Amino acid sequence: MPRIVFTPNVQRHLACPPAHVDGDTVRAALDAYFRAHPRSRSYVLDEQDALRPHMVIFVDNEPINDRVKLSDALRPSSELFVMQALSGGSR
Amino acid sequence: MPTTLHIATRKGVFQVTRQGASWKIASAHFLGDNMSIVTPDPRDGSLHVALDLGHFGVKLHRSRDDGATWEERPAPAFPKQPDDIVSVDGFGKPLPWKVTKIWALEPGHASEPGVLWCGTIPGGLFHSTDGGDSWNFVQSLWDHPLRKNWFGGGADLPGIHSICVHPANPKHITVGVSCGGVWVTRDGGATWDCQADGMRAEFMPPERMGDPSIQDPHRVVQCRGNPDHLWAQHHNGIFRTTDCAKSWHELTNVLPSPFGFAVAVHPADPLTAWFIPAIKDERRIPVDGKLVVTRTRDGGKSVETLRAGLPQEHAYDIVYRHALDIDAVGTTLAFGSTTGSLYVSENQGDDWQCVAEHLPPIHGVRFG
Repeated sequence: MPRIVFTPNVQRHLACPPAHVDGDTVRAALDAYFRAHPRSRSYVLDEQDALRPHMVIFVDNEPINDRVKLSDALRPSSELFVMQALSGGSR
Repeated sequence: MPTTLHIATRKGVFQVTRQGASWKIASAHFLGDNMSIVTPDPRDGSLHVALDLGHFGVKLHRSRDDGATWEERPAPAFPKQPDDIVSVDGFGKPLPWKVTKIWALEPGHASEPGVLWCGTIPGGLFHSTDGGDSWNFVQSLWDHPLRKNWFGGGADLPGIHSICVHPANPKHITVGVSCGGVWVTRDGGATWDCQADGMRAEFMPPERMGDPSIQDPHRVVQCRGNPDHLWAQHHNGIFRTTDCAKSWHELTNVLPSPFGFAVAVHPADPLTAWFIPAIKDERRIPVDGKLVVTRTRDGGKSVETLRAGLPQEHAYDIVYRHALDIDAVGTTLAFGSTTGSLYVSENQGDDWQCVAEHLPPIHGVRFG
């Protein structure tokens, strides 16, 4: 079962604990996580369900390719790291 | 006399209170976070703040105990954009249906407790009937054919920054858009008219300078005691209406500059208004490095320059559109600047006291 880990920087705003979730794509895994942690959705995705512009998701240490449909495939052993991009931090 | 000011800054929100004869910073919240708006709701004492978290999106928080505790409430969000709709602004640039900034947040009419109106970049208007626990997208304005003329002014995309609720009619709402003119509904948002006739846009080709739907009013305010009178600090000058936005008239010979962002109108006297001028367009610094406030008491026939207590050399403060406020009786004014200075006047602008010089850049100032 894939495992999701969130940037420690988001924990200041809300708790996003690591979790194992079902899903064979990034979208499916995130949806499973958000069902258990609904507030965290808007911190990662915009209202069109795309990855926010200044967020990045690594799957097994590589950034995902599909930031809109989140269709990148996962293996049962995959690890997802939901991180801040360094862009967007100058506010 | 008011005793509390709420200050939204690029690095937190601050509460400033009158202590003895002076104003002092009393508390700070959300330190380090970019706050685009602070709005006290006098109807129930709640305090609303909008956060612009660069990575994590826009958020809304509400306090019902004067800032002692805060709860995150849902931020307004666009509906799903249909796959077959190509959304562009008036210049053909992509305009995604995504809220990137909360740029206006106003309590509804006193007779409608719980009603809030929220304006955003890229131009979505939202309505809450439950104090911000949920939001309804005002589809009627978004679907108006002239809305598609809007484009960004300063920001990359257009935005709603001013929302005026008519004091005698809760269904009569006036909205200011950069760049998109002034819009009015008299039926609570079911239908809208663009009402910016008389405004003038030098940034357009000559034959479109008078087009109401592309005007850039930086800020629109309404006189509570005489709501047919509204004032607009526009990109190309100062405009005034005396017929509830049916027609606008430009002030002439405004010194030291007719350019600026902020405007405040006296709550009872529609002829009295204040502005904070700067050099246009993109330079955006005070004229001659002197920070001044201008005031008219005769509906704009004459404008006087007020400078007592304000820095008069090498001052490069700009005052954003939400960063000037006036109290409920029209005596005390406050403004905050991009260089983190906060000033208060308790005699209608004749004299100013500096409350702070080292705050983060100030986005919004509200008496509460």
